[in-house]
Amino acid sequence: MSEVVGMSAVVGMRAVEVVGLGKVFNAGKASQVDALVDINLAVEPGEFISLIGPSGCGKSTLLRLIANLTEPSSGAVTVNGKPAKQARLEQDYGMAFQQAGLFEWRTVAKNIELPLELKGWDRSKRRARAREMLELVKLSDFADHMPWQLSGGMQQRIAIARALAAHPPILLMDEPFGALDEMTREHMQAELLRICAETKTTVIFVTHSIPEAVYLSTRVVVMSPRPGRITDIIDVPLGAERDLDTRESGDFFGKITEVREALRGAEYGTAGHAPKGVDDR
Amino acid sequence: MTARLSPVLHALWPPALLGALLLSLWQAMVRGFDLQPYFLVAPTDIWVALTDNWSNVWEAMQVSGTNAAFGLLFGTIAGVLMSFLLSRFRIADELVTPMSIAINAIPAFVLVSVFNNMFSSTSEVPRRLMVTLVVFFVVLVNVAKGLRQVEPVHAELMRSYAASGWDVMRKVRIPNAIPFLFTALRISAPLAVIYAYVSEYFGGAQNGLGSRITSNIANSKNAVGWAYVAGACLLGLGFYLIAIVVEAVATPGGRNRNREG
Amino acid sequence: MVALSLMNSEIVPTIARSPRLWLQRGRRALMFFVALALVAISWELYKKFGPQDGGEVLGWKILPRAKDRVMPHVSEMFSRFGDPIGRSDETVLSVVIDAVWFSLRLVLAGFAMGLIAGMSLAVAMTRFRFAERAILPYLVISQTVPLIALAPLVASWGGKLELFGWEWPRWLSASVLGAFLTFFPIAVNTLRGLQSPSPSSLELMESLAAPWHRTLFTLRFPAAVPYIVPGLKLGAAGAVIGVVVSEISTGLRGGIGRLVIEFGRATTSDPAIVYTAIIGAAVLGLIMASFIAIADSFFMRNRPKESLA
Repeated sequence: MSEVVGMSAVVGMRAVEVVGLGKVFNAGKASQVDALVDINLAVEPGEFISLIGPSGCGKSTLLRLIANLTEPSSGAVTVNGKPAKQARLEQDYGMAFQQAGLFEWRTVAKNIELPLELKGWDRSKRRARAREMLELVKLSDFADHMPWQLSGGMQQRIAIARALAAHPPILLMDEPFGALDEMTREHMQAELLRICAETKTTVIFVTHSIPEAVYLSTRVVVMSPRPGRITDIIDVPLGAERDLDTRESGDFFGKITEVREALRGAEYGTAGHAPKGVDDR
Repeated sequence: MTARLSPVLHALWPPALLGALLLSLWQAMVRGFDLQPYFLVAPTDIWVALTDNWSNVWEAMQVSGTNAAFGLLFGTIAGVLMSFLLSRFRIADELVTPMSIAINAIPAFVLVSVFNNMFSSTSEVPRRLMVTLVVFFVVLVNVAKGLRQVEPVHAELMRSYAASGWDVMRKVRIPNAIPFLFTALRISAPLAVIYAYVSEYFGGAQNGLGSRITSNIANSKNAVGWAYVAGACLLGLGFYLIAIVVEAVATPGGRNRNREG
Repeated sequence: MVALSLMNSEIVPTIARSPRLWLQRGRRALMFFVALALVAISWELYKKFGPQDGGEVLGWKILPRAKDRVMPHVSEMFSRFGDPIGRSDETVLSVVIDAVWFSLRLVLAGFAMGLIAGMSLAVAMTRFRFAERAILPYLVISQTVPLIALAPLVASWGGKLELFGWEWPRWLSASVLGAFLTFFPIAVNTLRGLQSPSPSSLELMESLAAPWHRTLFTLRFPAAVPYIVPGLKLGAAGAVIGVVVSEISTGLRGGIGRLVIEFGRATTSDPAIVYTAIIGAAVLGLIMASFIAIADSFFMRNRPKESLA
């Protein structure tokens, strides 16, 4: 596996920095919604951050603001040291959605090549990189298959391969495993950790599932709605090597409880007040 | 600003604006370049010709319209009956479906010349027969699809009730097929007008819209010819609107737009 | 690792096995000929038992005449092809073939024009939301209005219209009308197809910083293919109808439309000949339909096969 061709060359530079971010929909009308209010978040390179919270807490909105798929109403987003828009235009991140979103008319390999095509890579380089990514996600035998011949889990792996094809330093994921069954989900989580460890990618991951958030992350960001805000950031020091044993350890369950209580607290509107036992940042 | 107007107005003003623009452009071009009538006639002249000749145009519309209506009625009835047959007997389906596909592809109206010989020269039957044939296949294809495409969960439900074939037909297939019938009507109504009209080119009584348009053009009375064209368009639009109204009246709950063919 | 290989084996095999697909197609074709044979048989039966001079049902004169002059035997229709036409040496077959070839070229020209115009308009309407709002209602209405009524008008331009010294050829009117009827279904279907990608896919392209034209060719057009193909079928049928109706309403020499009229008039002396022209017209339609069917199987070759309902 080739070394990371990351773009965060400046040592010490944050992967993502969000300062005073706010997003309002339908401003000035009766239907105004404060999707996000005063969000502050700093993500260091190599971290795995989960955004978790009940519906309407703005976690997907926050992700999309970072991805520059929508503009903030206030505040600033910096990705890799640049404004979000520039980071998107320069392709500093890859994104994976809940629907794998593969193009049904392209083979699996050609789907992975899509971002590289748009960057103007020539054919042999693209093919080599696609093959590399297929090996990474362990689907090398399926390069010439069509996406609809593959199961949901396999399609998601291809979507991840596509998101990482250009070796971006940052990976943004919006509930990518939401449509999968529980068994497949757990496998995919393990795969994702392995892949991101190999590529040393920083990940921001939106999820509904507490065990998923705890298993994957170095930090879990708990959010609450009305208005959308961050209520807690919980460290998950379960170590870098996580496996089946991790899932059955006492620390794992302890962290799950912590997150669950933080969520409940958020639900009952104890904004800005950390439940006991949580390290506030 | 425009979003605050009622949704109907919001949807209407761009096409209305475009229409007004095009009409004015048309008028200006004809007058400005002094275009010959055989090329384009000014909208205002068409309007004058239409109002002057309205009784004749209306008469021709009635002739073509009646032929279309006959064909629409009989074609629909025949199509619905045949679709029941198709849903019951698989072999009938296999025989008829390729035929409908073929009929769709070929210019079927050439058969009118055969029909003309089969009946007396003053009969309207050839034209009505042509329209019936065309409508029959459209209705057939759509309604058969509706009878067939029952949701699997409904089929399983009826099976769990040990329902007879006829019960399934009554309770599930027919209600399912009704939106398809209306889709077919929306397509066939204007189609009936077109085929009634085109059939007139093959001789027979010269009393419908088609023959009038040609004869007026041949006599260089282009504005009148355009007036008959306007009449034909009105007729087609009228039939379409009737089909829509019939559907709205018959399905008070509105259509489920996801389920039609 | 074991678990992973288990995951890999969950492939969903949906490509129809080639031999089975061909078997199904063969059966369909066979049934088509059986159906034709049944029609021929009912024709002959009616000839045998039907009223020679037409008849009435419930007072309505709706039973056609069954005599030989009006309804020739099916065998006669086909044998007529081999015989000479009128007084010349040419066989009917060669005359019909020439006419079909003539009309086919007009149809292809009209179809091409309508295709280009329709697709360009659809792209413009996708790009400019205002254009879509203003134009789409007219596209929808155009499918309810008999645009064919314009045939004599467009035809009358032939031989009279001059633009910068170039005279409008008569055949162009037929092609233009064919183009007109091709244009509308293709524009509507292409528009729907271009707008079909999910918001998620469009966001993907945005996240990849793709400019609008790249998105058009990389995402929108490929996604539109399943919508465009039915539009092509309608367009092809429209082109044939437009050209043939034009030929009929203006008596354009050389085309199959005019041949049908001519042969139709000769029925009193030559009852079977009109059927040869009708078969020719049908062949014209089937040729276009097969072109589209070939295009269909080409463009949809990598798509999930839908159940052959």
